[in-house]
Amino acid sequence: MTRSSLFALPELSLRWIAVWRRNWLVWRRLAVPSILGNLADPLIMLFGLGYGLGAMIGEVHGSSYFAFLASGFVATSTMYAATFEALYSAFSRMHVQRTWEGIVNAPMTLDDVLAGEWAWAATKALAAGACLLVIVAAFGYASPARAVAALPIVVLIGLAFAAVGLAVNALASGYDFFSYYMTLVLTPMMMLSGVFFPIDRMPEAIQLAAMALPLYHGVAVIRPLLQGDLAPQLALHLGVLVAYAIVGFYAATVLTRRRLLK
Amino acid sequence: MTPAALRAEGLRKSYGAQEVVCGVSLRVRPGECFGLLGPNGAGKTTTLKLCLGLVEPDAGEIELLGEPVPARAREARRNVGVVPQFDNLDPDFTVAENLLVYGRYFGLRSEEILRRVPGLLEFAGLAGRADARIGALSGGMKRRLTLARALVNDPSLVFMDEPTTGLDPQARRLIWERLRQLTQQGKTLILTTHFMEEAERLCDRLAIMDHGRIVTEGSPRELIAQHIEPHVVEVHGPAVAEWTARAKRLCPRVERAGDTVYCYADQVEGILKDLSAEKGLVYLHRAASLEDVFLKLTGRDLRD
Repeated sequence: MTRSSLFALPELSLRWIAVWRRNWLVWRRLAVPSILGNLADPLIMLFGLGYGLGAMIGEVHGSSYFAFLASGFVATSTMYAATFEALYSAFSRMHVQRTWEGIVNAPMTLDDVLAGEWAWAATKALAAGACLLVIVAAFGYASPARAVAALPIVVLIGLAFAAVGLAVNALASGYDFFSYYMTLVLTPMMMLSGVFFPIDRMPEAIQLAAMALPLYHGVAVIRPLLQGDLAPQLALHLGVLVAYAIVGFYAATVLTRRRLLK
Repeated sequence: MTPAALRAEGLRKSYGAQEVVCGVSLRVRPGECFGLLGPNGAGKTTTLKLCLGLVEPDAGEIELLGEPVPARAREARRNVGVVPQFDNLDPDFTVAENLLVYGRYFGLRSEEILRRVPGLLEFAGLAGRADARIGALSGGMKRRLTLARALVNDPSLVFMDEPTTGLDPQARRLIWERLRQLTQQGKTLILTTHFMEEAERLCDRLAIMDHGRIVTEGSPRELIAQHIEPHVVEVHGPAVAEWTARAKRLCPRVERAGDTVYCYADQVEGILKDLSAEKGLVYLHRAASLEDVFLKLTGRDLRD
């Protein structure tokens, strides 16, 4: 492909919705185990750490440790759901099952396929984030109205991580490749993003580095939101997430074209 | 002159330093079955991808169903069906769901697709299997379903990349029958294959490709008449080496490949008489076929 068509902006039609619907049709059958997984996994972590560590720690920034941790988990659960879908599931469809190859024989562009996968991964992320918000609301750590108010942020976090995930997917040689991303990128990000503990007592360099991480900004918006406050630097946080989503999706488009449209 | 269903002029495509398509021009008339033949790596699949607008040519022009490609490839593909070389049916779905989901990629409404499904399954010999999972289908059934899927948008032109590779003779014949039905319906078919028998039976016209170029083009009959003597005698056996020298006196064109000698001639009575006296030789007399043309033009060396 020529340089200009490789780097061209995504050329989309509304038919990306057909790709989203394809994935929805598959998921519908697996919805119950999938939702139970979305609920059970973070619940176990949350109760274990929230009550166990919470008993020793007491309060963090004026709220219970359980509430502190729960709001962090809303963001991480969303991050992991988006990432899994954009890495492992998308890779199966792209590489193993050659589903994408079949789709582009129809009047669809690869950009449509990616847009459908992007929206789909964000949808799965929304489902995971919403499950956590239900738990938070059910235990009385946030009012239902505040939990609902957090949903758009969950979608934004989902779009940011799905976009970056699809870019990583386009570079993958196999499933093993993804464990590097999970272990070397996402796990450290979780440690530095204020999920388990506030980072304001860490060295300034680390605090600065955290500013570059999308998860940090997601947590920074969701945590106050669930307590009824807007984050002090709301525009900055949202801006970083939007930037990750847009730049990530553009990178995913260029890298996937390079991989498949030879 | 009616406009061509597919017109390609001077297509070129390189990957790195290797040019895989070097100046291919094609013209396929509406309603004909056109075959693109060639050994592995001849550039057939790349040519198809260029024509579909999935790969951009380095040079050349393509017009598919009146639309310039790749500029308006998406519009052209609305009326095109594709049977890819490797099955990419959706293993997550049933037979009918595969058609439903694929039809939506053409912007068709679900009700419209569901109305077409029984007819498509009937055509593919899969009636009553609407709810079967893909994993439960045989290779032939999968191939037929892939063909049905390529017809979900009722295309006027269907591309098929090796439609019967890996199928047993029964399954292959069923596909041939279906493809002939499609041409009777007036659809244009463009297929790649390396089964000469398939090309000879199905194609109105064909082009033989090698090393990214079209070596010859015409109807199967024309190509045989043009390139090959009508009779072929294949000879092998322990005494074949000494016999070869004699064969060269009896027959205008003798080729040796491995342990077999091929004699091509207009008259073979002399050769057959000579052979019937030989004890150490096994021989077969047959009419010249497209495969002989193919081997003459592309050589007998392995291409893997």
